[in-house]
Amino acid sequence: MKELATTPLSSQSSLGILKWVPRLEFVAIPIFAVICGFLIFSVFLILLGKSPTDFFALVYKAGFSTAFSWQNTLSRAAPLLLAALCVALPAKLGLVVIGGEGAIALGAVAAGAIGAYLTNVSGVIAMPILFLSAALTGAFWIGLVGFLRIKRGVNETIASLLMAYIAIAISNHLIESVFRDPASLNKPSTASLSEALRVGAMPIGIDVHWGFLAGLIACIVSWILVEKTTLGFSARIAGGNIRAAQVQGLPVAKLIIGFTALGGAIAGIAGFYEVTAVHGSANASVFAGYGYTGILIAFLARHNALAIIPITIMLAGFEASSGLIQRRMDLPDATILVFEGIVFVAILFSETLYGRFRFFKHEYWKADA
Amino acid sequence: MIKKHVTRRTFLGTSATALGATALATSGLTGFANAADLTVGFIYVGPKDDFGYNQAHAEGAAAVKAMAGVTVIEEENVPETVDVQNTMESMINFDGATLLFPTSFGYFDPHILEIAPKHPDVRFQHAAGLWSADKHPMNVGSYFGYIGMGQYLNGITAGHATKTKKIGFVAAKPIPQVLLNINSFLLGARQVDPEITCQVIFTGEWSLAVKEAEATNALADQGCDVITCHVDGPKVVMETAAGRDAFVCGYHANQGPLAPEKYLTGAEWNWASIYTGMVKTVQDGGSIDNFVRGGLAEDFIKMSPLGPSVSDTARAQFEATKAQIMAGGFAAIKGPLKDNKGNVIASEGQSFVETDIALESMDYLVEGVIGSIG
Repeated sequence: MKELATTPLSSQSSLGILKWVPRLEFVAIPIFAVICGFLIFSVFLILLGKSPTDFFALVYKAGFSTAFSWQNTLSRAAPLLLAALCVALPAKLGLVVIGGEGAIALGAVAAGAIGAYLTNVSGVIAMPILFLSAALTGAFWIGLVGFLRIKRGVNETIASLLMAYIAIAISNHLIESVFRDPASLNKPSTASLSEALRVGAMPIGIDVHWGFLAGLIACIVSWILVEKTTLGFSARIAGGNIRAAQVQGLPVAKLIIGFTALGGAIAGIAGFYEVTAVHGSANASVFAGYGYTGILIAFLARHNALAIIPITIMLAGFEASSGLIQRRMDLPDATILVFEGIVFVAILFSETLYGRFRFFKHEYWKADA
Repeated sequence: MIKKHVTRRTFLGTSATALGATALATSGLTGFANAADLTVGFIYVGPKDDFGYNQAHAEGAAAVKAMAGVTVIEEENVPETVDVQNTMESMINFDGATLLFPTSFGYFDPHILEIAPKHPDVRFQHAAGLWSADKHPMNVGSYFGYIGMGQYLNGITAGHATKTKKIGFVAAKPIPQVLLNINSFLLGARQVDPEITCQVIFTGEWSLAVKEAEATNALADQGCDVITCHVDGPKVVMETAAGRDAFVCGYHANQGPLAPEKYLTGAEWNWASIYTGMVKTVQDGGSIDNFVRGGLAEDFIKMSPLGPSVSDTARAQFEATKAQIMAGGFAAIKGPLKDNKGNVIASEGQSFVETDIALESMDYLVEGVIGSIG
């Protein structure tokens, strides 16, 4: 019995570096898909009489060339990293949660409303309070989705989407009534936060707030949680087969509520940064649809928390170039959406390619060697 | 078998070449604007052909585009988030824009206030009335028009056209600007017939087509036979109302083409006159005032041409009132006047002319408006 278990392990280690070859598939295929997307979109551009070379040059210029381009890209990426995790974490349990926007909205209102009352409190005390209140509000909201799923059998996809609408309605109501700053006449907002409660730019030479770093850390920590801990392992088991997980005695209900709540907390933190780093108060502009963009990112990343990082930066770079595309090429603002759509479809279609290339298999290399 | 392997490799190699080609293509972008030109950037929160707020500004931009020595750059559908900050800086960094018109109200605080101090050589002109000398940078300016008077004139044509004595208003949010428009619309109609009432429905959002259509239908169901609105894009309200056989009064831009038979008139922004004037000032080396306001007389607003359904008596009263407004000192909000909860707004002899700053914090609906802002 013991021998049986160790044999495959030893043969694997003898392959050395080649054990990474199958993983290469997860890099090569998406890159291939993105290039296909570029080519298909180029055909569109040529049909419109526009130059694809100009287009990609502008995307690069606006999104990735200068320090300002990176500022543009990374500042857009900050909330999206966090929003995508709100989808990717519950997805490990097989849940499709698409209502992260609600947690962002309520997290933002919590931070804005409580912050408005902490005018004379030093930032060292107040900031953790705001951070936690936003996280807890988000955790409660999406955790509720998990609770309804496991305890009441309510479909989490529908529930989270509808709850996002409710959350935005509640947020608007709170902003326009009880927490409204009487001075905000034509744009109802909570009172402006004091300077001590504002999150500034990171000291990296470009104006990107700390929310981006928070997003990176959240992605890395989430990946470790999912891939390297027993908790994450249990979650993946439950996501693979919930009955089997229950039979094994895994605390499935706790896992579901815990992971949805964690995703919600991270989305709530996105709301916290939108208020403290960007807007300075909670108002309707905070609900800008980051939660919905996060769904796309998470799916493209195949719910892998680490893959969220490059995909978010790519997407944010595309969006950063929307302005230059409009201005230089005289194309409508929807151009970038069409471009993103085509790239996404290409990536989704590329799923079918996995496992079809012998190139990425051990046998191929063994045979050659 | 071996042939197959080679194919895979060739294939991957080709992909790599394609990647390299994409990277190479990025070199050699030339400058865009002529250095001698003044580059002016316009930023819109919605589509620039929305038959509404954004189209009104885009028409102004088009007029600037026709001027000599000016390069106009535009960007539409820019949310009031960090996106607009990036758009402003992108126009400055990549296109050399030195005069920006970020036109949405929500662009001001915190976005323009965040970017303006970093670019002291760039002038930021914001549509609404928020700039104040003690709080805000000197390279930021505010301008806005007294469009409430336009809704008052709308109301006069509505007062003549209504048979049910019920007129309707689809409103976005209960904020002072919108409330002033609602009140002005009813008070204009009441100049014709004091029995007229105005039903208002708030949709809660600046641009939410489904709710706007529902609200318009609800107003028509209640017997309102003249409908106007204050939302970003009045297209849906105009078409839905005309489809229900109600007359319509426009707002922001000319919506006449959407309902040629049913369109009475409309309160329009006249940004073409204002923007060309401001650009001319900058071209001549002058500086634009930081705080600019104006109404019909100052060419900030204009009225759509009267539609075919406007009667001669209506036309006469419309023109007479318009002349009074043009002469200056005209007050739509004047005593005796109560709000729709019975509180006194203005006593006998008291009046608020269009320039009165008190109107900018309006928090009531006047008597005769059916609806609540609570």
